[in-house]
Amino acid sequence: MTLLASRSDRGTASVGGPPKSPVEKPRRVSFSAKLRRDKSLIIMVLPAVVLLAAFVYIPLLGNIIAFMDYVPFIPIEQSPLVGLANFEKLFGNPAFWNALSNTLQLTFMQLVLFFPVPIALALFINSLAIPFVRRFLQSVIYLPHFLSWVIVVAFFQQILGGSGAISQVLIQNGGSGLDIMTNPDVFKILMTSQVIWKDAGWGTIIFIAALAAIDESLYESAALDGAGVWHRFWHVTLPGIRPIIVLLLILRLGEALTVGFEQVLLQRDGVGPAAAEVLDTFVYFHGVVDGDWGVGAAAGLLKGVVGLVLVLLANKAAHLLGEQGVYSK
Amino acid sequence: MSAQTIAAKFRVAGEARPAWAGRPTLWGSGFRAIAVILLCAIVLFPFLIVISTSLATQDQINANGGFVIFPTEISFQAYEQIFNGGVVTRALLVSALVTITGTAISLLTTVLAAYGLSRTGSLFQKPLLTIVLLTFLFAPGIIPLYLMVKQMGLLNNYWALILPVAVNAFNLVIVRGFFMNIPKELMEAARIDGAGEWRTLFQIVAPLSKAVIAVVGLFYAVSYWNAFFSAMLYLNDSTMWPLQLVLRTYVLQSTPLVSDTLATLPPAQSIQMAIVVIAVLPIVAVYPFLQRHMSKGVLTGAVKG
Repeated sequence: MTLLASRSDRGTASVGGPPKSPVEKPRRVSFSAKLRRDKSLIIMVLPAVVLLAAFVYIPLLGNIIAFMDYVPFIPIEQSPLVGLANFEKLFGNPAFWNALSNTLQLTFMQLVLFFPVPIALALFINSLAIPFVRRFLQSVIYLPHFLSWVIVVAFFQQILGGSGAISQVLIQNGGSGLDIMTNPDVFKILMTSQVIWKDAGWGTIIFIAALAAIDESLYESAALDGAGVWHRFWHVTLPGIRPIIVLLLILRLGEALTVGFEQVLLQRDGVGPAAAEVLDTFVYFHGVVDGDWGVGAAAGLLKGVVGLVLVLLANKAAHLLGEQGVYSK
Repeated sequence: MSAQTIAAKFRVAGEARPAWAGRPTLWGSGFRAIAVILLCAIVLFPFLIVISTSLATQDQINANGGFVIFPTEISFQAYEQIFNGGVVTRALLVSALVTITGTAISLLTTVLAAYGLSRTGSLFQKPLLTIVLLTFLFAPGIIPLYLMVKQMGLLNNYWALILPVAVNAFNLVIVRGFFMNIPKELMEAARIDGAGEWRTLFQIVAPLSKAVIAVVGLFYAVSYWNAFFSAMLYLNDSTMWPLQLVLRTYVLQSTPLVSDTLATLPPAQSIQMAIVVIAVLPIVAVYPFLQRHMSKGVLTGAVKG
């Protein structure tokens, strides 16, 4: 859903919103008159802007410690600049490359295994003819999205963990116990299935809205022309939701380096960092926990910059493909 | 629901189906029915296990090897233990307090800013909007944010759980989109009647936007309730922890809770599951409201812009 919102708003922001009402248009107002007129509006925006400045924009400047030999208890201004030394340390650290590799593997796995699920689910929900059943199913599958990761992981542990349901059933039937939760070999699949359980249902919202926006008469005329179910899907449904699919793919690619921070944080102890560490947890454990602030910040900054470039590139690619992308040109 | 009303619903569904779509085959309907049941089961089964185990007695849990699907004998011992004034009770209060305060602050700043940014062509509207929207692209990163919070002296302070996440640009955009769809004539009329912007917002726009404000408020509340990393990062003192962090320590890491009253200790498993139930309960309780507004298209409306 959040993805949706960003799209719509970037749209309106770049176009300048809906057409101005005729009352406002002809007036040419001086700056001071405008200030007097819009003073309250500006005051209303201020608290939010102050908060964003304090907790987004000023901390962005704090990334300077990626180029410093920073230790706590010495103010940032007095920390020595060390150039790219932190980045050299970072690149020489195998744990960083391991975290990067895990991150990319997880992103790839989620693109292949998670991404199509909401689309398939939305098509399925859309094919349900009875409104009551449809609404009920939607209510049920949205629910897990609102649970915290702590709870989702607890649920999974209760079913797949060493003393969980599946393991106990195996033991009672004479088998040996099975602990999927702490097995590094299947950890990435486990993470992906947790994401599917939690968010696949919620992810259908955007596709259901897109499906509902497809003109009914297109289906009708296609059917009259003899198009069967498959043809109607291929030539009407798919083109109808393709812009949304491209948009979400772009947003996901732009976030290629961001996967399951809280999710890993909760389960890293069980499977160990070799299989579980991702970039965000690397930043946290290396920087905050182990106190190597400069190197941690360097990893975080690198991630942020590469992520930004990825978003811009992906959007460029969408324009080239003739789709609307996240923001218009 | 009586058999008649169900039958009526099915009939309506049959009539609503457009002629070109053809009649569903028996196979198709059968497959759909099974898929619906399966999907619901996958989502709801963990809830069943957790609730049942939290209500089970020690004998039952032992007999079943750690979990219970249908308790034959219900015991509220685990809940009594939790609400005895120990760690969990305190964590619950902390979570409730942070959620309520945080949601109030978030809603106020978000609604105000959304209204202030909803009038296109007003002074500074574009640059201010850009400041908000650019936060979609830039995240400050864990370490710089931590240093900022530390610099402000907010470590070991509940405000650290609220202020850094108080304004969410996505939520702001949803509210703003809704405000922009309100007919301009209403606000013009208010202005002609001498109402200032504040009065227009609180007496005309806000009452018309109850649905979107409710949904965004619930989004904020859920995110405050569910947060655990901010507490882990900013609160060193474990007596200050909110519920999710206690849940993590006690349920996921199985670290024993220091409890003041250990008269008869119910099975650890049932206490663990009871804490999970308590953490889920508020979400499930507000969910129907959220769901009702979502189905009204509050979000999709704002989204289509």
